[in-house]
Amino acid sequence: MNINTTKIISLLFFIFSAFYLYTAYQIQVFAFDENAPFNARTFPIYLGYAGLFFSGLKLILPDPNTIKVEHKSLEYKKTGILILIAIIYGATILKVGYFLTTSLFLFASYYFLGERRWILMFLLSFPFVAVFMYLLHGILDIYLRDPFLQSIGVMG
Amino acid sequence: MIEGILIGLTTALTFQNILMVMIGCFFGTIIGMLPGLGPMTAIALMIPITYGFDPATGLILMAGVYYGAVFGGSTSSILLNAPGVPGTVATSFDGYPMAQQGKAGKALAIAAWSSFAGGTLSAIYLLFMAPSLSKVSLSFRSPDYFALMILGLTAIAAFSSKGQFLKAMMMVVLGLMLASVGQDSLSDITRFTFNNMNLTDGISFVLVVMATFAMSEALTIILKRNDPTSAAKQVSLTELGSIKINKEERTKMYKTIPRSSVIGFLIGVLPGAGATIASFLAYGMERNVVSDEEKEKFGKGSVNGLSAPETANNAACSGSFVPMLTLGIPGSGTTAVMLGALLGFGVQPGPRLYMTNPEIFWSIIMSMYIGMVILLILNLPLIPYIARILAVPKNYLIPLILFFSVTGIYVMSFNNFDIYLMIGIAVVATFLRLYDFPMPPLILAFVLGGLMEENLRRSLLLSNGSWEFLWDRTLTACILATTILIVVWHIYKTFRKKN
Repeated sequence: MNINTTKIISLLFFIFSAFYLYTAYQIQVFAFDENAPFNARTFPIYLGYAGLFFSGLKLILPDPNTIKVEHKSLEYKKTGILILIAIIYGATILKVGYFLTTSLFLFASYYFLGERRWILMFLLSFPFVAVFMYLLHGILDIYLRDPFLQSIGVMG
Repeated sequence: MIEGILIGLTTALTFQNILMVMIGCFFGTIIGMLPGLGPMTAIALMIPITYGFDPATGLILMAGVYYGAVFGGSTSSILLNAPGVPGTVATSFDGYPMAQQGKAGKALAIAAWSSFAGGTLSAIYLLFMAPSLSKVSLSFRSPDYFALMILGLTAIAAFSSKGQFLKAMMMVVLGLMLASVGQDSLSDITRFTFNNMNLTDGISFVLVVMATFAMSEALTIILKRNDPTSAAKQVSLTELGSIKINKEERTKMYKTIPRSSVIGFLIGVLPGAGATIASFLAYGMERNVVSDEEKEKFGKGSVNGLSAPETANNAACSGSFVPMLTLGIPGSGTTAVMLGALLGFGVQPGPRLYMTNPEIFWSIIMSMYIGMVILLILNLPLIPYIARILAVPKNYLIPLILFFSVTGIYVMSFNNFDIYLMIGIAVVATFLRLYDFPMPPLILAFVLGGLMEENLRRSLLLSNGSWEFLWDRTLTACILATTILIVVWHIYKTFRKKN
């Protein structure tokens, strides 16, 4: 049997649905709700079975539209770096603050995507974030936590 | 009624109120373009300002903000594939591919004209049918809503690309599963949180939509950078910003707009249904009624595919005012905020509103139309400039899309976990997209998940656990019969093509 990636994804979804269904059965409901026509676990149980049904069908039925992805032409390295930068950005945004982390995130992303026009890179990171932050925080009055700007006395 | 319309026109056409509509449309458009800040936030931001005005002026300002934000949401859907609100998700299905083909200006113009036409037609429907439609909206019960949601989800799966029905159904189930994370709405029992406090409130819509659309789109572009089949097309700024709609495209829109406006308005009238279901249903219906040749263009930049959801979501916005003004029942989250403001003004909405406060009732209806005209006048000249966002080199545009996505989540939750979750979902979505698993069914299911469970719960509790509620009421049975017909028709067509 020829197994393509779509079938493997369907198999993974089948396993995921089985796990979801198992977890749905573990949901603790109140004693008086146990035999009620509908309780907190009813809908998830239906969903678990629906997931098993559709992924099972996809696994069993023939797949005439096989998708072939040319992995060699895909830019895994750059995508991976960008995801890593985004994770670091997410990890530091609360501790360091919105302005500095966002500006550095943008600057680093431009750099890793191959950009080398330094002035433009700078303008589209630090001043751009400052203007955007002023729009959100200053004009629309949306709170943006920024310990860094607070520590240097720019933000109250 | 003529007297009421005249009262409404007199109130709406004062200098102050026209100015309010203009300000509302302008700010609404800007706020709507920012991911994470939809019409609801935009209106909520306006409430403190409106308390200084008389009720009619305050509500006119809020209606302007509402329409502006819906249009702004469509702009980010078309240009960046980043729908900030559920109502504009369907707009991105054909709007974004059209923009990618170098027709961003045209896509925005089609969206603007369709919104205008949808809003205008629905304002007319509202004018003549508001009091009687409130009775129709009250006749919908939980089983009907449940059936309507099944219809919406099946339709979006059935109308997905050729041979993708099962993939789309898997995405529907995944979307519903994601929606089930967090506290159960009735018993407050936590589900699928694995003792993680950050998941107690569930996963936010903006997080899922930013991850599956904007962020995964950005990652896919980087991933396929060297893929010769997806090489970016070089287009001139003039072509990008052109808002010219040719005769053939106009003809298509003339046919699409009336039917989509009716669907949008009728769905908008139903409390809780709103612009999201309306736009998805209009998209699905449009795909079903057009020619086979046109059907092939859906998802690849079809004029009908863009015009239908845009018309329907604006028509639904007007429709959602019916239950709010005539029954005091908000049809959507946004109208719920407006209802709060209305009560703050000391105005009690209900069947007698247009008798006790005719100036408020009719001036809102008239200002909706004026708002549409002003929105068009303000936004059409700006389109060539807005469209130039796409001329920004990918090296800059991709990080900016990621930045808007993360900011959208950050301003909502101030939580690292949400950012990690968004990145995780985006990575999975990017992988799934590589193998042609469609994302729209996942989003629609995610949006409808909570409502669907709620209506199933009520139906099953009222029928004491019996599934007879599915055929007890004629309306429910009719909606479910339509669902079955769609599935059977889809299977029949698939087999006919194979043979």
